[in-house]
Amino acid sequence: MQETTYNLLVLVFPVLVPLALAALTAVLWRNHGLQRIVSVIGLGAILGCSVLLMMAVLRYDILAVEFGSWPVPFGISFVADRLAAALVAITGVLALCVGIFSLRDMRQLHIRGGFYPLFFGMIAGVNGAFLTGDVFNLYVWFEVMLITSIGLLALGRTRAQIDGAIKYLLLNLLGTVLFLMAVGLLYGAAGTLAFADLARVLPTLEASPGLVGAAILFLCAFGIKAGVFPLFFWLPASYHTAPFTISAIFAGLLTKVGVYAAFRVFTLLFTVEEAGIREIVAVVAACTMVTGVFGAAVQWNIRRILSFHIISQIGYMLMGLAIATPLALAGAVFYIVHHIIVKANLFLLAGAIRQASGSDDLKKSGGLLKSHPWLAVLFLIPALSLAGLPPLSGFWAKFLVVDASFKGDMAWLAAVALFTGILTLYSMTKIWMEAFWKAPAQERVRSRRVPLAMTAPIAMLCAITLFIGLSAEPFVQFAEKASVTLANPDVYVAAFFGTETEVVDLAIERSEQ
Amino acid sequence: MTFLYAATVAIVAGAGIYMILARNVMRIVMGVALLAAAANLLIFLSGRLVSVSPPIIPDGAETLAETAANPLPQALVLTAIVIGFALTAFSVALAVKAYRSLGTLDAGAMHDAEDLGSPFAAAIDTKQG
Repeated sequence: MQETTYNLLVLVFPVLVPLALAALTAVLWRNHGLQRIVSVIGLGAILGCSVLLMMAVLRYDILAVEFGSWPVPFGISFVADRLAAALVAITGVLALCVGIFSLRDMRQLHIRGGFYPLFFGMIAGVNGAFLTGDVFNLYVWFEVMLITSIGLLALGRTRAQIDGAIKYLLLNLLGTVLFLMAVGLLYGAAGTLAFADLARVLPTLEASPGLVGAAILFLCAFGIKAGVFPLFFWLPASYHTAPFTISAIFAGLLTKVGVYAAFRVFTLLFTVEEAGIREIVAVVAACTMVTGVFGAAVQWNIRRILSFHIISQIGYMLMGLAIATPLALAGAVFYIVHHIIVKANLFLLAGAIRQASGSDDLKKSGGLLKSHPWLAVLFLIPALSLAGLPPLSGFWAKFLVVDASFKGDMAWLAAVALFTGILTLYSMTKIWMEAFWKAPAQERVRSRRVPLAMTAPIAMLCAITLFIGLSAEPFVQFAEKASVTLANPDVYVAAFFGTETEVVDLAIERSEQ
Repeated sequence: MTFLYAATVAIVAGAGIYMILARNVMRIVMGVALLAAAANLLIFLSGRLVSVSPPIIPDGAETLAETAANPLPQALVLTAIVIGFALTAFSVALAVKAYRSLGTLDAGAMHDAEDLGSPFAAAIDTKQG
């Protein structure tokens, strides 16, 4: 009994703690100093909670709880397998780093507008989406994320932010409506909405127009969220307008929630073999990689370049889903974890470059190698990792998905991925040449210092990237174990239903009616 | 009955999509709201439109009667309506703010964000100059 209580708490804390912090920082609305202190302590607590969850998942493989003592498929549930726990842990790390960065980056105006409550609300939404065991709840968490992120995006109320926020909001709103329609069709076909119950019921059903429609709508909805070709237009239209702290956390987490949801739905509920979904996902992945990287090539604003690279990197993750062998799924899991750290770090670095050179437009910056040599080193680590140079984390991530695509008879996809890798290197070289190497456009009178609150989180994330790259073995093993759960829905179902077979039979009976 | 209902859902969704294709932001917001309404109706339909009695467990019984309505879609729709309402309200507020600060509601004429990171120097200069 005690163990169940502990599991319950460990599963719920990554959502409850940010929610409590959102409320607490909202109560301290006028006291900005206290809000900052509470936030940093609270972010430490969130990280602690996610580490506890990770430890519990490493011990039990998969955890599931039902709230309100409803019998199994009827109540609201939280489930944490290795993938979800890893993402919650990464969210904890990233939130802490970005939170420290925000101490110097966020202005009075942003904090007065409610930066901290919205920030914690968004973390709660992201963690909730990772942990929920129910499709409808996933929809609710998506909406929590959407409303808080749009608040964060429009926080500065500049013209560009309002413009970006409108495009972000309308397209994402469309995505969630499509998601809701898919949920409706799925419920109509299967009569249940819990992931584990659906994973049991759906294989027993004949393919029907409703089910195929639901699958396609899910693909579109998560595609919009994840920013895949041709649904990504909201992303480069909005991410570069927000303050650096906010765009860093967006870049790290939001699109990856869409990718996570796609992985959950297309491994547990549907398989990519059905109804030509594999072909769709493979072509979409290839187009996403190529358009993203070409889009980045013509840009001169650092964050615009990085925004387009988010899109191209999402293509690599979808590659894993398209191939869908355990090896490919493991590669994709590794890729997601690596990408969250590296991408958010690059956005933070864009903030540091802006701080050092006064502009995030590459044409106006320059000369940072001389004035801030250590910043150049910190930039090189995530930049080369993103491009996939050994021995950094990006190399292993790319190696795994490319290897899987050769073994999974999709060599053309591997070719596209490698080609994209070269162009990624081109973009990173461009930032390096323009911001660090070349002589500054205008001679600066005095060098602008980058505060420690900005460099410390960047250095921390760089250290993680290096650590993953240099000792990749345990991370790859972890990803392989995570992919086993993804590839075999039975594990998930068994953890969820446990021994209560009566309810299981009942669910099957219900689906047969 | 089901066919008529499904046709209604299709018409509402079609109207919503037509509105979303407009350039005026307010029309797009209303289009998304219509589409959300269609999604809510769809959830009702997926709960099957057969029963007539409310989902209340009668005295002495342990479970719902055979003819009772399915309560789950109602709970889902209720949640979705609340969320949809909040987001629509926020969108309208954002549109008003956009009209005040950008001076237009034409989505095609809103390009402040694009200009901020435009790769073409001329666009930036004319905007800022």
